[in-house]
Amino acid sequence: MFKRVLMASAIASLLAACSSTQPPAPADTAPAVQQPVVTAPVTPAVDAAAEARLAAERARLAKESVYFDFDSNAIRADQQARVSQHAEFLKANPGQQAQIQGNTDARGSREYNLALGQRRAESVKNALEVLGVKGDQLEAVSYGKEKPRAEGSSAADFAENRRADVAYR
Amino acid sequence: MLNSLWCRRLAGLLLLWVAAFARADLSVDIVGGGANRYPLAVPAFAGEAAGDALTGIVRGDLALTGMVDLKPVPAGAIAADAAQLNAPVWRTLGAYAVLAGRMSTGAGGLTRVDYQLVQLAPRKVLAEGGYEVPPAALADAGHRIADAVYRALFGEPSFFLSRIAYVLKEGRGSYALQVSDVDGRNARTVLRSKEPIISPAWSPDGGRLAYVSFETGKPVVWVQDLGSGQRRVLANYRGSNSAPAWRPDGQALAVVLTTSGNSQIYLVGAGGGAPQRLTRSGAIDTEPDFSPDGSRIAFVSDRSGGPQVYVMPATGGEPQRISWQGSYNVSPRFSPDGKQLTYMRREGGRFRVVVHDLASNDARVVSDEVYGESPSFAPNGRMVLFASDAGARSVLWASSPDGTSKVRLGTVSGEVQDPAWGPARP
Repeated sequence: MFKRVLMASAIASLLAACSSTQPPAPADTAPAVQQPVVTAPVTPAVDAAAEARLAAERARLAKESVYFDFDSNAIRADQQARVSQHAEFLKANPGQQAQIQGNTDARGSREYNLALGQRRAESVKNALEVLGVKGDQLEAVSYGKEKPRAEGSSAADFAENRRADVAYR
Repeated sequence: MLNSLWCRRLAGLLLLWVAAFARADLSVDIVGGGANRYPLAVPAFAGEAAGDALTGIVRGDLALTGMVDLKPVPAGAIAADAAQLNAPVWRTLGAYAVLAGRMSTGAGGLTRVDYQLVQLAPRKVLAEGGYEVPPAALADAGHRIADAVYRALFGEPSFFLSRIAYVLKEGRGSYALQVSDVDGRNARTVLRSKEPIISPAWSPDGGRLAYVSFETGKPVVWVQDLGSGQRRVLANYRGSNSAPAWRPDGQALAVVLTTSGNSQIYLVGAGGGAPQRLTRSGAIDTEPDFSPDGSRIAFVSDRSGGPQVYVMPATGGEPQRISWQGSYNVSPRFSPDGKQLTYMRREGGRFRVVVHDLASNDARVVSDEVYGESPSFAPNGRMVLFASDAGARSVLWASSPDGTSKVRLGTVSGEVQDPAWGPARP
């Protein structure tokens, strides 16, 4: 029984970790998502509630991707509020590390897209630093066109993939 | 020699299906070839069993070049050696030469293979030789015989003894870095990962692969020994690490790091050590490739606005812009003689493979596909390998640098990405 609980919570935390970098998986490929995971009561820790609030906040912010225009790494006016949310959280939690992951649409060479994704990630990193986040909390990396959230090739799919995610570590 | 060679490749579209592939992971079919190809008959060798992968490999290799017109041979027709060859009969098939050969059991359970390439009129043995190999090495003997035939007919080395590396994407979250013979046989997985693998690069001796793996949650450059399978991290600095390219002496690699806040080209020792920065721009500098003599590096930079191909001294220094046509030119690779570059150009929403002559600045498009990526030259410079989209999946193509001959290396399943043509084996 205990083993199963451990497994269940491992799956749950794995799913939580996944959701910070990946879109919700289609229901037919990820049945585990639909199963409510029942865990045994955890030994109450002094700051369990605070930790839970932090985890919830991280999970919420992880979905706040920053989107870009085609062939651009400029932070759009409509994306500023998202960047600010990340900045506030990182300033309030100076021990928190974040990996900023730049992405591109599927057009062009893999390596050049990797560099374009890096430029988007650096752009978000700079914007966060301008808002007062310490640089050593941040690492800008790129996934280029290798990990598209949208697999199609419509304009909307391409737009969805022109983004940077902030993954909290 | 060269003139007649180019001559043979000129004009004409021909569809030829190459059958007799016992177990190819990639199948080969020719969609374009020169009209003036050398007419050759390659019957089964005497003593060759139906399942033996020998003359099938010879035919496949020669077909890959687009320079040989393989004449259909009636079933059961065999020419064991020059002495037994009935020249007039073979000439009625349209062949100028016949590859005769026999297989027999040699000492210690080895298979003995002897061959003679016989020109029919005037009658003359153009090449001959023999191998004693364990049954598992029969394919290798096939490639070596094909190489001997190619050398005899065209007076230069073939690319049949080289290998190719590519990434096979088998659905989302499954990547296999594979190495195969040039005809797709003997494919073996070098690395399997749930995370993307990109940019495989052959060491000059063909013994190691450098590549970029995302397995740790970001792009990191690894080097793996193909013999032992052992691997280690070459570059794992803060930010992204990518685009490895070996210096021809095998002692150092150019890589792209982002520690300065933008993608820049650095030199790192093959055994480690502090990276030495080679480009200093505020732009993207990426996709380095050393010239075969090690003196220059071709790379992509968007310092002029869009991505264009540049060449600079291998120690860094003032780059010279090479590509002027089109707003997007990426992924340059030198030809083995250092006189040409192949790269990928965006042209009206399509991505074309271009071969650019550095002396004349003549740049010709060699691919018709909507999308062609990652071109690289064969070690003898006679073909350019690239991947392209074909509907939902990608396939490998090999084209002659002048675009007149083209071969499709179709994949059985999955998506083939980032092909890299390796060096010739000794």
